[in-house]
Amino acid sequence: MELKGTGMAGTLESSDAQVTVEPGTNGIELSIESSVINQYGRQIRATVKQTLENLEIKNAKVTVVDKGALDCTLKARVEGAVFRANGVVEGLPWGGAIK
Amino acid sequence: MINSVGRDIPDQVLKDTGMKVFQGSRARNAEEYVKAAPKVRAWIDPTESKMVADIHEALVKCGIKDGMTLGFHHHFRNGDKVVNMVMEEVHKMGIKDITICASSLGSAHNPILPMIEDGTVTGIQSSGVRGKIGDAISNGKLKGYAIMRSHGGRVRAIESGDVHIDISFIGAPTCDEYGNCRAVGGKSDCGVLSYAVVDAKYADKVVAITDTLVPYPNMPASISQIDVDYVVVVDEIGDPAKIATGAAKPTSDVRKIMMAEYCTQFVVNSPYFKEGFTYQTGVGGASLASTISLGEVMKERNIHMSVGIGGMASAMCKLLDEGWIGKLADTQDFDIDAINNIKTNPNHIEISGSEYANPMNKGSYVNRLDVVVLAALEVDTHFNCNVVVDSNGMITGAQGGHPDTAAGAKCTIVITPLLQGRIPCVKTDVTTVTTPGEDVDVIITEYGIAINPKRQDLIEAMKGVKLPFTTIEELRDLAYSMVGEPDPVEFGDRVVGIIEARDGTIIDVVRQFKPYEYKD
Repeated sequence: MELKGTGMAGTLESSDAQVTVEPGTNGIELSIESSVINQYGRQIRATVKQTLENLEIKNAKVTVVDKGALDCTLKARVEGAVFRANGVVEGLPWGGAIK
Repeated sequence: MINSVGRDIPDQVLKDTGMKVFQGSRARNAEEYVKAAPKVRAWIDPTESKMVADIHEALVKCGIKDGMTLGFHHHFRNGDKVVNMVMEEVHKMGIKDITICASSLGSAHNPILPMIEDGTVTGIQSSGVRGKIGDAISNGKLKGYAIMRSHGGRVRAIESGDVHIDISFIGAPTCDEYGNCRAVGGKSDCGVLSYAVVDAKYADKVVAITDTLVPYPNMPASISQIDVDYVVVVDEIGDPAKIATGAAKPTSDVRKIMMAEYCTQFVVNSPYFKEGFTYQTGVGGASLASTISLGEVMKERNIHMSVGIGGMASAMCKLLDEGWIGKLADTQDFDIDAINNIKTNPNHIEISGSEYANPMNKGSYVNRLDVVVLAALEVDTHFNCNVVVDSNGMITGAQGGHPDTAAGAKCTIVITPLLQGRIPCVKTDVTTVTTPGEDVDVIITEYGIAINPKRQDLIEAMKGVKLPFTTIEELRDLAYSMVGEPDPVEFGDRVVGIIEARDGTIIDVVRQFKPYEYKD
């Protein structure tokens, strides 16, 4: 899937993550800031990358500001941001159904 | 060298400090030693005054010089102004290489930070550190090692001569011109001066700093004139709004209430819940809630507590006033009710830090505890607790009386939620060991209760009790199943802090904070 515009999902509340996606040209450019990075940095990055892969996003600038979100929340926020970026707001194929 | 909780203490640290590694909570039992003593300046001439104009004059008269160790107490908590006002003057005088030996430090002491950076302060010894000083230590800015000691451990260190305090500054809510200090009354009323008693007895010079000079004699005194060299009057020694909060409202957090209820049920079903039992608890939401619900069961079953020990808050004071507690042995007051209660109820009594928790006197109050209810940042499958270093590896908390009460009590209960956000509080191994698992008997979470397998007697006693018993490994597995297994926190090589066990050995070290890097 190609990103058509910028999309954002999530909040900066504790246990949530705010994910912003923008079109890119140079693969996945990922920036992660997290309150739990010392213990979960590796897993957060893997989850975000896997979710983008499931959505077949090849090029994007992705910014994650994580406040200790669980993996399920991270996945939902990434998917939400991507769908919003592409104007998909109804009948959302949650859970990587695009795959 | 590996110590008895499995932590590798670098040889360099042992060489630098002359300290030994932790070998078990009771390894030094029955050891004999000669106590340290202060150098005392005789005061024979009755015409001499102890009053000095300001802190500068006090420092000059005490012979302040580079490399000295200065003592402070933390009864004003986050409202303390004494540490900063003394250190500002020390800084102005260009003195270097000072070690601050405080019973605790908090974010009120953020102004010390530049003094760490410019070499005015090169050593910190405290129950713990919060705020910017904790960050500075974790980031390697302090020249020497920061030493974190429990409340009992600090008294032991001073009385045994492991640390010698050159000058101690005692913030006194009221004081007379000959140095009799009381904690009650005045503008910065803090209830007790328990942790300052050892300073008065063992520091070479003792300076009382007050904002309320009262007529002689200020009696009964917590700190006596016989131990005080000088008296300074300043405008404010503390900020009353930050010294004690209003009585904490009982928590409405259902998770905490649930854990408190589990705790109460555990205690009342334990062999220790009988007429005349002894008890201590903290002032966190769940601890406070458990005191309230325990009080209800005491009334239902007509069971009285003989003594409540340690830091005090409204819930314990109320039970004292109602006659359900015989005595409160108080070392610190956390709210206005506790401060007022010690003035009005003669059974509410101040005890010194040594009486409270020193492991190497001839028997402290913690040794008489039946049950203590504590909290922790992290606990692990060996029942070790961490109350000082957060899950990112930053120094952020204080030992307080945690290791002391855990070691003394017949039944040590730690209440912790299974998760704090994504952070699991029950882990395979804690980031830093501050209280050894051998002293921790029960872990209570909202998902279940684990009893230390070492306590087969407690496991036996709980047979048939309707509580969600499980194992510590199952709690950890449940936590990891929800949030994922955490990667171990990575640190830099340099040791920045020493976690001293209450007996003066090294139970763990804290290494320099390392910003997170991806491995690939």
